[in-house]
Amino acid sequence: MGTATESDDRSGGAAGAGSAAQSAADGSVVDGRPWVRAAVWSAALTVVLVVTALASATVGPVSLDLPTVATAAVNAIGVPTSVGVSVGGLSAFGVTVPVPSVRAEYTYLFDLPVDRTGEVIVRRIRLPRIALAAVVGFALAAAGTVMQGFFRNPMADPSIIGVSSGAAVGAVATIALSVSGPFGLQLSAFLGAILTAFAVYLIATDGGRTPVATLLLAGVAVQTFLGAVTSFLLLHAGQDLERAIYWLMGNLDNAAWDEVAVTLPVAVGGFLVLLAYARDLNVLLLGEEDAHTLGIEVERTKRVLLAVSSVVTAAAVAVVGVIGFVGLVVPHMLRLVVGPDHRVLLPASAIGGAAFLVATDTVARVGVFAGGPLPVGIVTAALGAPFFLYLLRTREVHSL
Amino acid sequence: MTPDLPGPLAALLPDAGPDESGRTTTDRANAAAASDVTDPDATAPDATTDPLVDVRDVTVSYGDTAVLSEVSLSVAPGEFVGLVGRNGAGKTTLLKAINGLITPEAGTVRVDGADVHALSARETSRRVATVPQDTTLAFDFTVADVVEMGRTPYHGRLSRDSDATAAVERALARTETARFADRVVGSLSGGERQRVVLARALAQETPALVLDEPTASLDVNHQVRTLALVRDLVETEKTAALAAIHDLDLAARFCDRIAVLADGDCLAVGPPDEVLTRDRLRTAFDADAAVLSNPVTRAPTVTPFPSTVELDCAVHVAGSGPAAAATLATLSAAGASVTAGVLPAGDVAAAVAADLGVETVTALPFAPVDAEAEAAARDALADADVVALAGVAPPSVRALVRDHDRVVRVGADGDETSDGERDLGIDIAATSGVDRVAETVRAALATRLEADD
Repeated sequence: MGTATESDDRSGGAAGAGSAAQSAADGSVVDGRPWVRAAVWSAALTVVLVVTALASATVGPVSLDLPTVATAAVNAIGVPTSVGVSVGGLSAFGVTVPVPSVRAEYTYLFDLPVDRTGEVIVRRIRLPRIALAAVVGFALAAAGTVMQGFFRNPMADPSIIGVSSGAAVGAVATIALSVSGPFGLQLSAFLGAILTAFAVYLIATDGGRTPVATLLLAGVAVQTFLGAVTSFLLLHAGQDLERAIYWLMGNLDNAAWDEVAVTLPVAVGGFLVLLAYARDLNVLLLGEEDAHTLGIEVERTKRVLLAVSSVVTAAAVAVVGVIGFVGLVVPHMLRLVVGPDHRVLLPASAIGGAAFLVATDTVARVGVFAGGPLPVGIVTAALGAPFFLYLLRTREVHSL
Repeated sequence: MTPDLPGPLAALLPDAGPDESGRTTTDRANAAAASDVTDPDATAPDATTDPLVDVRDVTVSYGDTAVLSEVSLSVAPGEFVGLVGRNGAGKTTLLKAINGLITPEAGTVRVDGADVHALSARETSRRVATVPQDTTLAFDFTVADVVEMGRTPYHGRLSRDSDATAAVERALARTETARFADRVVGSLSGGERQRVVLARALAQETPALVLDEPTASLDVNHQVRTLALVRDLVETEKTAALAAIHDLDLAARFCDRIAVLADGDCLAVGPPDEVLTRDRLRTAFDADAAVLSNPVTRAPTVTPFPSTVELDCAVHVAGSGPAAAATLATLSAAGASVTAGVLPAGDVAAAVAADLGVETVTALPFAPVDAEAEAAARDALADADVVALAGVAPPSVRALVRDHDRVVRVGADGDETSDGERDLGIDIAATSGVDRVAETVRAALATRLEADD
């Protein structure tokens, strides 16, 4: 992601004599500039994402050339022209829960001539998976950035308040107890995640205040407890054990456009809300009391940040399982590059996360090292952890 | 930028008490008599100047412990009020009740006419800016970024604050932080960081400013610069500033009024020279101190002594010069009823005696002591339980003390002088260094009482 370093005005030698006059003259001291920087970084990282995605789509059991992939991808660009909502039902334990599902009709803008077989492979198999990886990486990295800022703790990740553990319990319970329904597995994982986050929040809240340290510890305790529940369920999973474990490792194997259609709006919508709070996140880094005296409604802001990033994380984890490290490492990598300002960091991190997960899922899909496909969770952790350790030893990652 | 006394401002204040002349008077008796002006209940605003910050009967408890009980205090526009008191007296709590961090159980805090506890954080932060005691600034934001955070109350979630650039540049210029505006905050020294936090508060452009020990971790130069900056802001922008300050001398020098907090009560509010008295410092800080006036700034200066000896007797200090001045201050702080003389007018001891409100017999320097002065000195000597012969003692002074039966020689240059005085027929009960004078006087008193029995 070394492109566009020219936009990194931090490295521009503004320090030194006359810098104050200079910065006053070009107005670079204040505001405005962060959003410009955010736009530049987002554009640059989007290019990286698109290139990564196209490159990824060429790789697989059938090798495709880049023009075929690019043409097929352009043909796949669709615009929803009509959206309908229908209500289906999910039955669990004899109770039917109404599940709204959105059906959209798409109009495809392009119909460029391309090799049919290649187009089917790209459009039906590889692109949905790449798109889902991008959406999930986007969601996890965005939520991870917010959580690290929120907790003022470099070890915070999107699952810090138990979202992933809750999703795991929901998913493994569904698998082990053989509950079925439309989106049954994903929905119960999502509900497990949200309920867990909400429970942790309630446990840590006293008299309208939610101290961050309490939240962190409550999250750790609840995660431990839910880990025990998951283990217990696994013990009784019987012949479903393998499926459950495979889910827990996180994978994008059954990715389809439906999953993208469900996850994308949640991820993007949540991201936009979080982006609107980027300035508040910066101020929160000063500490909660300072933030309050600077006009931030601290508790309300914390509730919004916690709720939105939990939903975003849950939407990602429910669909693909527990994918670790993306939400931890990517924000740190991008913080080193773009600096601590969340107005720049949050979009950069989200798009960078998308590119990162597309790249790692390509490795997982092709099974470069293993000689066969792997769950992507293994790859993100196996590549992410050493890289993180490298950063830890060479750069200042321990502070925000 | 001049850390000068706010002369004309005092007249603007609702309860400033005596004007400038009250500050420089050497007649402490009058000041003491007027001290009921400093009763906190007298701080109710009058019609001419509404206070910008108006704290009324505020009570705050943490659990069962009352931290503030029915504290009232007001700060007018263009006034700098210092909040002093020992650790745990409730200074920080009072500041937090004003900036909205703490909601009091009882009482109201109005800033610029509105009850801050009915306002949103955003509205409050447009009225009160805060310079906190310590701020986590160990991260990679630039100085300009941090100062710009002071504009938070003016930003919409999606809209921009159009005044931000100008306000931040004003704050950077005022605090002289513009030259490191592009540096990362984590790389600054403590003094520079404090100024950045101050700049952040200035960028808020609020009518009121509260500071929690803004000078606590700063060197002498930065302490004075920081408070001079606040002083300047108060005078030019008519800001109402309230600062918790540990250093009483700095508080006295820069503040228009001082509020003394002790055990959750506001003991006194008023001009520094009226509020900072030995008795009040004893109540508030449990410390024996001499309150003098700084000859350069004319502000009260507080010299605390370790509280060891409590004297309940009359001591006459004869002699002049620095040793006599120190003896006067020490004995006065220890609680003795002190008289002095005959002192040459303009002597350092005479100045200290005047600051302390000590009854003093003075004579013109280089002139013989006249009969009236001598009679006054003899009266004082007759009432004294102990005489402290301190520092420079010309023959006329020695002659005066010759008849007293309990003379303590203080700060003499070795034994020679004592021997010389014995030759003059002065009965030296004990000799003492200036630092031990209170103990020596008490010992002398004890032997005298024994002798009387």
